[in-house]
Amino acid sequence: MIMTETDLHVLEPDPSDRTLLLEINDLRVGLRRGRTETTIVDGVSFDVDPRTRFGIVGESGSGKSMTLRAIAGLLPGGTEVLSGSIRYRGTDLVTAKPSVRRGLMGPEIAMIFQEPMTALNPVRPVGDQIAEGPRRHLGLSKKEGRALALEMMGHTGIPDPVRRVRAYPHELSGGLRQRVMIAMALACRPKLLLCDEPTTALDVTVQHQVLDMLESLCAEVGAALVFVTHDLAVVNKTCSDLAVMYAGRIVESGRTSEVLANPRHPYTRGLLDSAPDFDQPGRALVPIPGLPPSIANRPPGCAFAPRCSRAVAECDSAAPILTTSTDHRTVACFRAEASGSEISA
Amino acid sequence: MTDAPVLEVDDVAKTYDVSAPLLQRLFRQQQRTLLTALDGVDLELRRGEILALVGESGSGKSTLANILVGSLPATRGQVVQDGSAIPARRDKELSRRIQMVFQDPYSSLNPRLTVRAMLSELLRVHDIVPRSEVRKECLRLVSLVGLDEDALDAYPGQFSGGQRQRIAIARALAVRPDVLIADEPVSALDVSVQATILELFASLRDELGLTILFIAHNLAVVQHLCQRVAVMYLGRIVEVAGTDEIFANPRHPYTRALIASIPRMGDTSGAADLVPEGEPPSPYDLPTGCRYHPRCPFAEAQCRELDPSLRPLSESAGRVHLSACLRASDLPESP
Amino acid sequence: MTAAAEVKSRFVGRRRARRRSARSLRAWYRNPSLMAGIVVVGALVLVAVLAPVLAPYDPIKQNLPDALQDPSSAHWLGTDRYGRDVLSRLIWGARVDLRIGFLAVLIPFVIGSVIGALAGYFGGWFDAVVMRVVDVFFAFPFLVMVITLVFVLGAGETSIYLAIAIVSWVAYAKIVRGEVLVVKEHDYVTGARLGGLSDRRILFRHITPNVLSQAVIYAMSDIVMDILAIVTLGYLGIGVTPPTAEWGSMILDGQEFLTTHWLQATIPGLVVVVTSLGVSWLGDGLADLMSPEQRR
Repeated sequence: MIMTETDLHVLEPDPSDRTLLLEINDLRVGLRRGRTETTIVDGVSFDVDPRTRFGIVGESGSGKSMTLRAIAGLLPGGTEVLSGSIRYRGTDLVTAKPSVRRGLMGPEIAMIFQEPMTALNPVRPVGDQIAEGPRRHLGLSKKEGRALALEMMGHTGIPDPVRRVRAYPHELSGGLRQRVMIAMALACRPKLLLCDEPTTALDVTVQHQVLDMLESLCAEVGAALVFVTHDLAVVNKTCSDLAVMYAGRIVESGRTSEVLANPRHPYTRGLLDSAPDFDQPGRALVPIPGLPPSIANRPPGCAFAPRCSRAVAECDSAAPILTTSTDHRTVACFRAEASGSEISA
Repeated sequence: MTDAPVLEVDDVAKTYDVSAPLLQRLFRQQQRTLLTALDGVDLELRRGEILALVGESGSGKSTLANILVGSLPATRGQVVQDGSAIPARRDKELSRRIQMVFQDPYSSLNPRLTVRAMLSELLRVHDIVPRSEVRKECLRLVSLVGLDEDALDAYPGQFSGGQRQRIAIARALAVRPDVLIADEPVSALDVSVQATILELFASLRDELGLTILFIAHNLAVVQHLCQRVAVMYLGRIVEVAGTDEIFANPRHPYTRALIASIPRMGDTSGAADLVPEGEPPSPYDLPTGCRYHPRCPFAEAQCRELDPSLRPLSESAGRVHLSACLRASDLPESP
Repeated sequence: MTAAAEVKSRFVGRRRARRRSARSLRAWYRNPSLMAGIVVVGALVLVAVLAPVLAPYDPIKQNLPDALQDPSSAHWLGTDRYGRDVLSRLIWGARVDLRIGFLAVLIPFVIGSVIGALAGYFGGWFDAVVMRVVDVFFAFPFLVMVITLVFVLGAGETSIYLAIAIVSWVAYAKIVRGEVLVVKEHDYVTGARLGGLSDRRILFRHITPNVLSQAVIYAMSDIVMDILAIVTLGYLGIGVTPPTAEWGSMILDGQEFLTTHWLQATIPGLVVVVTSLGVSWLGDGLADLMSPEQRR
């Protein structure tokens, strides 16, 4: 496969922090109308190392997709980054010039979506769409582009690529379309792949195949993954690290295996307890009472406090900040340290 | 719980004629194209149980649901309720008996009617309770689904997804149906809300003795809630058994594939080799023989020739375990 | 479950109380085009109703010695060629034009909506026939059809109502049919059908309220069209019979003197423009108000 170092000159490499691929610091995303700001993502910070797989889990309205879209520069109309920084290999994407950003999208950062049908151009053969990025960014000829498209389709497990390369999106099944999307996204060998619920619309058997393929292909290409989903089990399968979001904030993060085995935040625990687990058939489900706060009406203290069985007076008055404890666990809960072992009991 | 079936599906088939218009066919000399959505489905629903119907998209789950509630006519076969076949055109009383809860709680409630208006209309049309008791009955219905009285005078737009689903369930229950068909009722809801709706279904079964056909794709949910499971693949039912039995001892390779594909919370290294290659074949062009053989790791020569029917397993005496696999009894032990 | 229900109900209760009071007020004053529409159309209707009180002179009585006067303290907007007070004629004209505008919309609105709803809901041959007829009507420009029909039927208010009704029901039929086709696929309609409700009940209670907003919005722009049609008919001399005061005929009368007394044609023209603006603002505002999202 063809690799070039084009566009790397636009980056300012930061010698002090060479290992970090993506560094998000106190990111706030929302609507600004005059002087009033409505915050959807409220002070999110996390780092992604090269070649790792990072999951963001949350329910609808938690701000997980907004965070991802902010990284990709695809915020929906009206919303904007209010403050904070998104540093990709040292370049702050928030303040970067649009031309720099455009230069990064494709060869460096790529994104796949939940519904591939709306993300693919319905009137162009999928092969041309896969080849488009490499031809523009890597300067491939038409023939080379076609060859790369075939190769990528093979890599993503699309059967009979020679025939399918001329197919239009509507002629493919949902699973194949998602594979085409992945082939498109990875064709330029990006360093970072952003995934917004890429398997939610797929059937379980196809989901399994696509997740396996995504994992091995990212390893092969050398791309890091930022994977947004509502499904804890999918994160467990796919990601090495995860962050749990609630009402626009990260409430807990860490190694996936540790967080899921021994959650410290009551919300993470609540999510685990409320979802049926196939491997624990007899376990009773414990729903989280109440509803998440609306974006405009978040409580002043901890956003989860009104639904939390462990809340104390302190939780209603001040918002806990995300802190890392001595055993490298990161939680935003006043009662996490004191009750860490109790909660998991 | 008695074992008498309250609803029987007897050899129901549904084909759609998706041919081009006659003139075009004549000009281009095309054949008629038929899409087989359901191909001879037999199923029985026992009183007071929750039966899960699982399968991938295109397997015919929703088509079957639509035939059961009477919004689609079957091409062949019949639906039998309490021993008598339901005619193609249902009157008010017949349609009352089988009600449905839909997947999307945002399109299943009329945005311009209050909950009370919606419920009392049904109560009056069917004379469920005397006119004077309609108010009381409305209140009973909303409290049955875990909402309080002031929900009655609100419009659907004022509720969250989970609350809307509760209202949709109250609507279905208002006419006191014998059978409730729930078409993916929790898959549009957030995880923390799903649990409360699942509990609601369980309590309706336990307290009212309601019979529910629960269509789902999430096997963890199915395992949690349902007594029996029917697995569909390409318009056929390929395996039916009790929930514990089917997950412990699946006797159809497709069921095994489904189970192997479940994203797990525990150790993630599963029986990955059971996950099928490729995707279901097109329903326009079904394979000969067993329709799962192109993806099946256990397929033999006979599987390409013979189209197996759903048969009881010999060793499952006492408990009924049906499988439509020619090699059902000599499949390797499941991991 | 009980704890969950408790928290939930507290949530709902509080939110609803807030919303209910908010809905009645905020929805109105947060809707600038509705407010603007109400002010303009309200003022016009008021003027029309109070015409006998407001108008300083008789709008029909001729006073030839005072013909073609420029604006003065006696005649604020001057007089026309027969010496009639322009302001008084404008005020009385509002009665005629607004009445015809609103009434002419009502008949096709009802007929078209019913036909469209039936066609969309039942489909089949009835739908096919209706849609072919609609296509035929759409092939001709609205004004040409109305003018031709009024010509055939003879001048006068009744002919205008009739002509407009014959021509413009098709638009309502088309709009409502399209909306019904969308709404009838919604799960709540299937749910109503499973509930054993009759077709009539489903169509008129469950579907129609959800499709009418589009037709109402169109009706508002249709009022503008109708007023313009009346004005055009008046201008062509086949509208409302003279000497009744009516804006179109006032423009017609005034245009002869455009070079010497330009106000004569311009002022009624401006009034027509303002009316159209007001009615379309009202339509926009109603559209916002009628969408179910507003009811949250």
